[in-house]
Amino acid sequence: MAKLLRTLEIRTSPHLVSGYAVDSIMFNVVVALAPVTAFAVYAFGLAAAALLATAVASAVVAERWVCRLARRPSTLGDWSAAVTGLLYGLTLPAGLPLWMVAVGGFVSILLGKALFGGLGFNPFNPALVGRAVLQAAFPAAMTSWSPAFAAGRFASLPTSTLAWPFAEPSYDAVAAATPLSLWKFGHQATEARELALGFVGGSTGETSALLILIGGAYLVARNMMSWRTPAAILGTVAAASAALHLADPSRYASPAFMLLSGGLMLGALFMATDMVTSPITATGCWIYGALIGLLVVAIRAWGGMPEGVMYAILLGNAVAPHLDRLIRTKVYGTSARGEA
Amino acid sequence: MRLLGLKTFRHGVHPPEAKDETKDLPIRQFPFAPLLVVPLSQHAGKPAVPVVREGQEVARGQTIARPDGFVSVAMHAPASGVVRRIALAPAISGRMVPAVYLEPFAGSTQEVADGKPCPVDGATPAEIVTAIQEAGIVGLGGAAFPTHVKLAIPPGKSVDTLILNGAECEPFLTTDHRVMLEQREDIFAGLRYLLKVTGATRAIIGVEENKPDAAAHLRAGAPADPPVEIELLRVKYPQGAEKMLITALLGREVPSGKLPVDVRALVVNVATAAEIGRLLPRGRGIQERVVTVTGPAVRKKGNYRIPIGTPLRFVLETVGVVEEEVNRVFLGGPMMGQAASSLDIPLTKGTSGVVAFTDDAAERTHREVHPCIRCGYCLAACPMFLNPSQLGLLARNGEYERMAADENLMDCFECGSCSFVCPSHLPLVQQFRVAKSMVRKAGAA
Repeated sequence: MAKLLRTLEIRTSPHLVSGYAVDSIMFNVVVALAPVTAFAVYAFGLAAAALLATAVASAVVAERWVCRLARRPSTLGDWSAAVTGLLYGLTLPAGLPLWMVAVGGFVSILLGKALFGGLGFNPFNPALVGRAVLQAAFPAAMTSWSPAFAAGRFASLPTSTLAWPFAEPSYDAVAAATPLSLWKFGHQATEARELALGFVGGSTGETSALLILIGGAYLVARNMMSWRTPAAILGTVAAASAALHLADPSRYASPAFMLLSGGLMLGALFMATDMVTSPITATGCWIYGALIGLLVVAIRAWGGMPEGVMYAILLGNAVAPHLDRLIRTKVYGTSARGEA
Repeated sequence: MRLLGLKTFRHGVHPPEAKDETKDLPIRQFPFAPLLVVPLSQHAGKPAVPVVREGQEVARGQTIARPDGFVSVAMHAPASGVVRRIALAPAISGRMVPAVYLEPFAGSTQEVADGKPCPVDGATPAEIVTAIQEAGIVGLGGAAFPTHVKLAIPPGKSVDTLILNGAECEPFLTTDHRVMLEQREDIFAGLRYLLKVTGATRAIIGVEENKPDAAAHLRAGAPADPPVEIELLRVKYPQGAEKMLITALLGREVPSGKLPVDVRALVVNVATAAEIGRLLPRGRGIQERVVTVTGPAVRKKGNYRIPIGTPLRFVLETVGVVEEEVNRVFLGGPMMGQAASSLDIPLTKGTSGVVAFTDDAAERTHREVHPCIRCGYCLAACPMFLNPSQLGLLARNGEYERMAADENLMDCFECGSCSFVCPSHLPLVQQFRVAKSMVRKAGAA
């Protein structure tokens, strides 16, 4: 019998852990966005590639800089800055000047996340905070849509992409209209098939509803995304727009058009589901999703802008903590929470 | 409730089972250590009072300590030998506790002395309760709560269903599995005692689906009178927790702060029932128990009948461990078991398993801690439907009173499911243990 001399480690139970980890969840979001990202580059060419690279790089650099400033170990390993940068980039129009992209990337991390204490403490989706600031600061550039599948998109970068900071960007091609602006300002509907597959204008990553759904299904299958939130958003948008469309088909777009156009799919599946900024309970997710869905329809139907997904989600984020405070799970063995 | 034809409860987690290496190994007798250390408190309640002197010779099975009051049980000599000392010994908690140091006689046949039998047909319920206390029987599932206290049903309350717990939901452990396969007649004999004491008219044995051989074996030998139902349960942790078992089998929810008897149910572990059925007819007491000794660092894994008081060091040296790689040793299963702070602690009546991890296995639990990202995994895991995320945030700020008042902290039974699933690897259940003890301390002051 050998004598045991080795020093033992003392830890509290449980002595097993599941495979889940923050970094693997975040990394899988990147994996889920890979098809959407690839399609963005395919549809918008070098401009999209440069834009997305700049968006991710600016978010990552900002994150690293904040960690150094706070004298904390780098948090780049949790992949959350990369996810923020990529999601933010996918919401931008392809020809946006890269310096603006970088400004928004910094804003996403600094204003959207670091200011509140970093990952887990931010009330608003950081990617959308960055986009919202750009929308307010550069409204013209943010609505100058490059045409998808333009000839020569892999040969050279558009002039606007390389515009000097604070200079008025010039656009090579006549700005393309998005299906939503075509409807808003011309009551011209785009075919659902075109929308689903993504052969339309729009932000780099929002054009192919199908690829977004595939990425979302992947995350739901891996238990890394709440399916309730997108189900509630899309269900509410479908129901509300169907009611409006039935009442007045000439004024209100069809549910299929509403579901497949603009940033709704990307927003419902990848923005509204951000774990940090959405409710924690199942019931909370249903209410939060329904609220966002109603806001999307209201902004699109009666607002001054063609698109409202970004603001709808940010407003939903603002409501989420209150939903968590109001909605309690029913504890085992209690008739209601808080009483025995 | 039922899911896919099997009874279960809502929420819970699926840790790796890790039972394959020992589930088919028959129970084997473990040798006697050169010195056995029998703590006087191996149960919840008051320590037993020694009735032997230093230097006295005792026979195996002889009572060496009597219960001190009702919530206390007797202790028996695990071997024939000499009482060397009655002194302090290290316990798993890190504290020193009074214990009887017993040196077994070398070369003794180690015959067990029989006492005054308590036959199931002749004895009154009160006599059976006393006999169980005198036999030193405690819950062998791990909680080590005196069984006779559980069986003393308060006036005005009654039990209609007796549940024997054969779920064994802790990974790695296979003691109950083996007891069900090898001690069926003891279990059913114990069941008769339990039915007589409780007055229950219905008996159910709940077995997790990963032990179909045990369920089939029990079913094949189940007595017709009283009828015993063998119910298969879905494999899910913590199915073996008393409340989860009652909910799965009966659909009843034990009210917060109340006991199973309040929903007219009583749960006893299968191994405890087997000990009652084995010991009471002979008037004996517990002097050994079945322990699964396993884990990646153990060479001769198996299910052993180990004398109470065997030092952990002797157990590990006997089965052999990979010396250069053993990293962490814990008693019980990996979900709720306590890591041993010293190898000189003795195995007690509540020790269902000895699990030794290698560096490699332990390394997997050393994960980087991130802030809570509010993923909600812990809410979906908690079998008590608590909000561990919110409890964790409050614990960080030391708001223990609020945890108890607003977030039902005291309903947490520390199963560890929240810590198991947390992708941020927050020490949630550990924070709740601390918080619960702080709340108790504040309440007592």
